[in-house]
Amino acid sequence: MNPAPLVALVGNPNAGKSALFNALTGARQKVGNYPGVTVERHSGRMALPDGRPVELVDLPGAYSLDPSSPDEQVTRDVVLGKQEGERLPDAIVVVVDASNLDNHLRFALQLIALGLPLIVALNMVDLAERDGLKLDPEALERELGVPVVPTVAVRRRGLDALKERMAEVVKTGMHPLRDGKGVQHDIVVLQRRARQIAEAATLSETAVRRWTHRLDAIALHPVAGPVLLLGLLFVMFQAVFAWSQTPIEWIEGLMGWVGTEVGAALPEGWFRSLIVDGLIAGVGAVVVFLPQILILFAFILVLEASGYMVRAAFLMDRLMSSVGLSGRAFIPLLSSFACAVPGIMATRTIDDEKDRLTTILIAPLMTCSARLPVYTIIIAAFIPDRSVLPGVGMQGLVLFGLYVMGIVGAFFAALLLRRTVTKGASSGFMMEMPKYQWPRLRDVALGLWQRAWIFLKRAGTTIALTVTLLWVLASYPVAPQGVKQSEYSIAGRIASGIEVVVKPIGFNHDISLALLPAMAAREAAVAAIGTVYAVDNSDGDTGQARIREQMRARWTLPTALAFLMWFVFAPQCISTIAVTRRETNGWRWPMFMIGYLFVLAYVSAGITYWSAVALGF
Amino acid sequence: MNAVTSLSPPIPLAELPRQRHGTVAAVDWQRLAAPEAKRLRELGLDEGVEVELLHRAGMFGGPLACRIGRMTVALRRHVAGAIHVAPAVG
Repeated sequence: MNPAPLVALVGNPNAGKSALFNALTGARQKVGNYPGVTVERHSGRMALPDGRPVELVDLPGAYSLDPSSPDEQVTRDVVLGKQEGERLPDAIVVVVDASNLDNHLRFALQLIALGLPLIVALNMVDLAERDGLKLDPEALERELGVPVVPTVAVRRRGLDALKERMAEVVKTGMHPLRDGKGVQHDIVVLQRRARQIAEAATLSETAVRRWTHRLDAIALHPVAGPVLLLGLLFVMFQAVFAWSQTPIEWIEGLMGWVGTEVGAALPEGWFRSLIVDGLIAGVGAVVVFLPQILILFAFILVLEASGYMVRAAFLMDRLMSSVGLSGRAFIPLLSSFACAVPGIMATRTIDDEKDRLTTILIAPLMTCSARLPVYTIIIAAFIPDRSVLPGVGMQGLVLFGLYVMGIVGAFFAALLLRRTVTKGASSGFMMEMPKYQWPRLRDVALGLWQRAWIFLKRAGTTIALTVTLLWVLASYPVAPQGVKQSEYSIAGRIASGIEVVVKPIGFNHDISLALLPAMAAREAAVAAIGTVYAVDNSDGDTGQARIREQMRARWTLPTALAFLMWFVFAPQCISTIAVTRRETNGWRWPMFMIGYLFVLAYVSAGITYWSAVALGF
Repeated sequence: MNAVTSLSPPIPLAELPRQRHGTVAAVDWQRLAAPEAKRLRELGLDEGVEVELLHRAGMFGGPLACRIGRMTVALRRHVAGAIHVAPAVG
């Protein structure tokens, strides 16, 4: 059987390509990778009106066929049929922003010259009208010589017409050979032709003060802008704590119920202990943080989809340039608050190698969501739950402080790195600022679902495996009467070895034991502590309240603070190290990253501990 | 273009009064790094295009938000300094 025809979605960044992709394929999407490069391949299935299936691939946004980044290179190679792991598309859908024709048509002209069957999706026609722009799609069709379909991807308008036209141009078995010769590369010539066509296709243009500009008057204001940004970030971090309490209680209740039921169903013995104390307690301790992680991702997805994120980059550029980075680094760094892995992958939009490398090296200092479980449990145990100001809780304030700590650390690290190992001229800052738009609930929900799934998969595999292994190591050999199990076991003995190194910075035996599994994934530290306490107390109660109570009894405040500081800096995440290796093509930079972050973590945890002790806490 | 007669002598885009538009008269491509020049062209900057200075980020030499054609673009000041604009009268 022949494979389904392949249709590629191509267009400038901010043309609404991904929204169109989501609208056409719904949830039937696959995310993979192109071989040899670190560019994601998004593909999905859709059916044409005549019932034929089509594979749709969403290519990275590009400005031209003359690539400046690995992403743009993939786009060029796919449409030329030169990309490894991808066949030549049977047709191309070029997505152009209706209110930005002069610019987007330039790339469309290059693509049309390739000679593949092609349709232009004149996207976001509603926004163009709102801006006082009336277009004539038929005139555009005449000028370009290819079908033009007006669409509003986010409102699902024009999709049927687009599918009809796709059915007309997609004919299986037709593969015109392309070599990319004869394609106009002179950007000035293309640009002028694009402007002529745009002018010919414009019926009328009224000068409307666009509301994007009105919003920007506040968002980019020298004083109001930064205040708004800071306020947004503060609300975001408060919400992570405040809104998550009820769903966390539900999940705790559910995990407790599962533990009791499973415990009752299994016969007394080591197997029950492994399942209930090890697996369910360990995985449960991590899964309860799903609401907080989703709230954080929801904020980031909404900021991204609304167009505000680029404004934030704009506001941050001055500050970032003072440490040798550009405002562009702000977006990967903010994503790193959710998880450093997509954050490091997002650095690909930074053209300059040195700039990009520095951003990768400091990305793990942004407090990722996996650190939240650790922070939350310590804060809940040691920081009193009272209000400092109306609506501002002390616990939220401490959490905010930890985030700030990571940011300050990152800035100093960047400053040092740019003067030493990643020395070089700054690459500048130039970015298109898209129009504001309402984020579509569906698109945000889809993004959240993908994150939740990745998190749950991790909880079900890496973390489940780590805690099971830890349970075995922590349970055997069985301690004689009067000796603590967590010290007598194999894990306990390994921890005693680690303790020698970390004792000077105030870490006790429990923490030493948690550090090892935390290398696999930070949140496993909480699971590990949960498992250890469950092993020490065979009553099997491992709720968060119980862990908190145990911590208060076993840890001093300086120890807890030092532990928090350690987690601000320590490079404890195998996925981050792996993605760094992939993105920097070798072990050199990930090794450097591990080294400098461990030193930073050790020193700052130490300083915190010694000062707290000296101050008499 | 139709507005040639109503134009004043060119000034750098960075010095264009806020929210007053003009037409790009000349660009000092040599003053820009090659990748910078390429991106700028890709963002649609060219002689004859209408531009406008929209916002300045802060007072400490932060970037500028400019309108190039119908697109809003963030630029650093040295780039805006290389773009010479004939302000529209009015």
